Amino acid sequence: METAVFIIKGELLMQSELLSMNGITKVYPNGIVANESVDFSIRKGEIHALVGENGAGKSTLMKILFGLEHPEEGEIILNGEQIQISSPNAAIDHGIGMVHQHFMLVPSLTVAENMVLGSEPKKGLYVNLKKAVAETKELAEKYNLIVDPTAKIRDLPVGIKQKVEILKALYRGAEVLILDEPTAVLTPQETKELFEELHLLKDQGNTIIFISHKLHEIKELCDRLTIMRNGKSQGVFNVSDVSEADISRLMVGRDVILKVEKEDADPGDVILDVDKLTVINDFGKQAVNDISFSVRKGEILGVAGVEGNGQGELVEIITGLKQIHFGDVRICGNNIKPLSIKEIRNLGTCHIPEDRMTYGVAESLDIEQNLLADKHDSPEYTGKFLTKPKVIRENSLKLIEEYKIKCGSPLQEVKMLSGGNIQKVVVAREFSSSPQLIIADQPTRGIDVGATEFIRKRLVELRDQGSAVLLVSADLNEVMELSDSLIVMYGGEITAYIKDTKSLNEEELGLYMLGINRQSPEEIGRAIHV
Amino acid sequence: MSNFFNIIFSVDFGYAVLRVTTPILFAAMGALISDKAGVINIALEGMMLIAALTGVIVSALAQSAGLGLLAAVIMGALVGMLLAYFALNLKTDVILAAIAINLIAMGGTVFVLFVVGGDKGISSSLPSLVLPKVTIPLINKIPVLGSILSGHNILTYGAFLSVYLMYIFIYKTPLGLRIRAVGENPHAADSVGISVKKVQYIALTLSGALAGFGGAYMSMGYVSWFSKNMTAGRGFIALAAEAMGGATPQGAMATSLLFGFFDALSNSLQSLRIPAEFVQMIPYLATVIGLVIYAASKTRQIKRIQAQKERDAQL
Ligand SMILES: Nc1ncnc2c1ncn2[C@@H]1O[C@H](COP(=O)(O)OP(=O)(O)OP(=O)(O)O)[C@@H](O)[C@H]1O
Ligand SMILES: [Mg+2]
Repeated sequence: METAVFIIKGELLMQSELLSMNGITKVYPNGIVANESVDFSIRKGEIHALVGENGAGKSTLMKILFGLEHPEEGEIILNGEQIQISSPNAAIDHGIGMVHQHFMLVPSLTVAENMVLGSEPKKGLYVNLKKAVAETKELAEKYNLIVDPTAKIRDLPVGIKQKVEILKALYRGAEVLILDEPTAVLTPQETKELFEELHLLKDQGNTIIFISHKLHEIKELCDRLTIMRNGKSQGVFNVSDVSEADISRLMVGRDVILKVEKEDADPGDVILDVDKLTVINDFGKQAVNDISFSVRKGEILGVAGVEGNGQGELVEIITGLKQIHFGDVRICGNNIKPLSIKEIRNLGTCHIPEDRMTYGVAESLDIEQNLLADKHDSPEYTGKFLTKPKVIRENSLKLIEEYKIKCGSPLQEVKMLSGGNIQKVVVAREFSSSPQLIIADQPTRGIDVGATEFIRKRLVELRDQGSAVLLVSADLNEVMELSDSLIVMYGGEITAYIKDTKSLNEEELGLYMLGINRQSPEEIGRAIHV
Repeated sequence: MSNFFNIIFSVDFGYAVLRVTTPILFAAMGALISDKAGVINIALEGMMLIAALTGVIVSALAQSAGLGLLAAVIMGALVGMLLAYFALNLKTDVILAAIAINLIAMGGTVFVLFVVGGDKGISSSLPSLVLPKVTIPLINKIPVLGSILSGHNILTYGAFLSVYLMYIFIYKTPLGLRIRAVGENPHAADSVGISVKKVQYIALTLSGALAGFGGAYMSMGYVSWFSKNMTAGRGFIALAAEAMGGATPQGAMATSLLFGFFDALSNSLQSLRIPAEFVQMIPYLATVIGLVIYAASKTRQIKRIQAQKERDAQL
């Protein structure tokens, strides 16, 4: 009798697992073992978090589930039956949808066109656009994800694009939704909205896998979590049973302190001086509109704002990637208008670019070459005619060690690294040149808690050593924690200057970021120092 | 000078513009569809050349102009597929593969011409046929316009029809939507299960087929023979026309007509006492000037805002 009950219980337990991946092993062609007998399973109707350090193998595991990569070993079981997922199409057929970290949308098409792409409703030979619009509307209402089906994607803010991505997966009949770092680019308000929508989805019986490096979001949103480390699963936990500190300890293997301990800033002379700068972007739109501010030696000035409100263009100008049309930018008193990027760098500027793949690394070169990219011609690394391989190797080994870049050797190609580790390569190179001015554009995007802690500490250290730091970040916690003072950008203009970041709360900041509140010109003018 | 205007404002000149625009227009449509799919086809020149020779040989052997046209188009499509195979399966650079095709076409057509026709310059020994001219009833009765619009080779009408069909295809059909998606963000297309490779294969094949029409027109309509390098850069002019036309069918048609105008002009001016070499330069010069104007219009916007700013500053 007892055994029978036990079996029934066992069966019940089995049944409640909607999907399980058993013993998944994935070895990339270069020999890196990204997943090693990983067991991962989700229950119907839950929100399940997947966390782990950079390079732990999260994306790899999810790519396997979505049919983008194929495992060497292991099986995938859906509703008690073994299935083969050979392509994204097969995953879609099994009701699995993925919202990728980088939007998979076609900018010049409308929302409705993006929605139906690949499975278009037809009217004779033509696409039935009317039906596409109607279906989009219906689905949007059902899940309370409000979008305008006829708007072009390129005109939409990131928050809406994210909704379109989720709707796209739902349109294809997804019941299991994989979300890869969906909140990285959202404001607190947008994140809140997203969480409400995800709860609604959950209530309607959908299952969600949620990847994030932000642990407080996991505490808030998720039911269970799986922790990965070094390609292996560290186990499954109920979110309510573990604290944020527990999670980071399990991920990293030690205690992590994200709260940055820093003294008040002791600002010195002005290093960066932006004077009535206006930038016209490639579409002829004024992306930055007549802004002035300065950053002093030994202070961190944060730039908060929803992505696409002129921060990108501002950074492009200061680092010389873009030509100045109107206004002036001075670094240590030198007007940079006539200077090349190299000359601007020689003034002591370093730059952690937002788009690491385009401006941060040469992806088909190895780690060592990338670490050397900005100093290959300095006498330290290059003699009269030839480079000094020994010194170069020492330097790369030292940086790999110091920044904990997870790799096989310094000769590994950068594109084979995980997203977070690529970022570490960039940061290691830029910070190692004892800079006067640091332009840090999303320096910890996609980076795990351990590495985030390290990079933030480094930024503060460099500040204390006398660097001026301009910190652009969509991560509100980050700007608020790290910056001494802060400006908020909305629609290419500065809407607020906050002299002392500690006096600010998130809600208030969010209102400035959405352009709902705005300081007086006098208050904003305090951002200029002489 | 009055001679000059007599030429431009003559009925013959109007007719000639449409006649010389035809091959450019076909090729421009070929450039358009491959561009939309994100695999720019710079082998149009070679494809036209190969198709032109194929049309002559097949029409001579089969004694059927229709079969000649069919063979030319199929040949163009096959070369398009070959380019797709190099670029998409073997992963060679699509530009390099296309250059190779252009070079092979230059030499290869002369070689085949010699083997089949016994001459390295011209196919006059082959009894090839031409495609029929069409008189459009009613329209041919309209004074002036009638003589310009009516009586063209059937492919000239085909070329203008292809602009309309291309518009419908790209903007209204599911495949067109997929082609645009693949060209703009292949990852997005991939993530919804569209095979990027398949779509690009289709685009390059269609591009080759359109170049095939253009090539067939050259040797079976424009003139009635094949001669060495007879396309004379039209495939490249078409690429310029497509880019200047803003990568839309209508725009590409407008710029193709512009290039056709200059081409016709160079033909007509040869009757005046202007050195032939100078006159032959005109269409190409027009290409360069066209591209400069295109680039300039892009920077004009910044200038305008600059002027606006300065005005604001003065106030
Ligand atoms: N295409 C590839 N070829 C070879 N190795 C790869 C490839 N993609 C990832 N790797 C390696 O596999 C490991 C796991 O990478 P993965 O992208 O799954 O990590 P992740 O957990 O998603 O990290 P992150 O949080 O940084 O995105 C890393 O060590 C990485 O270097
Ligand atoms: Mg990842």
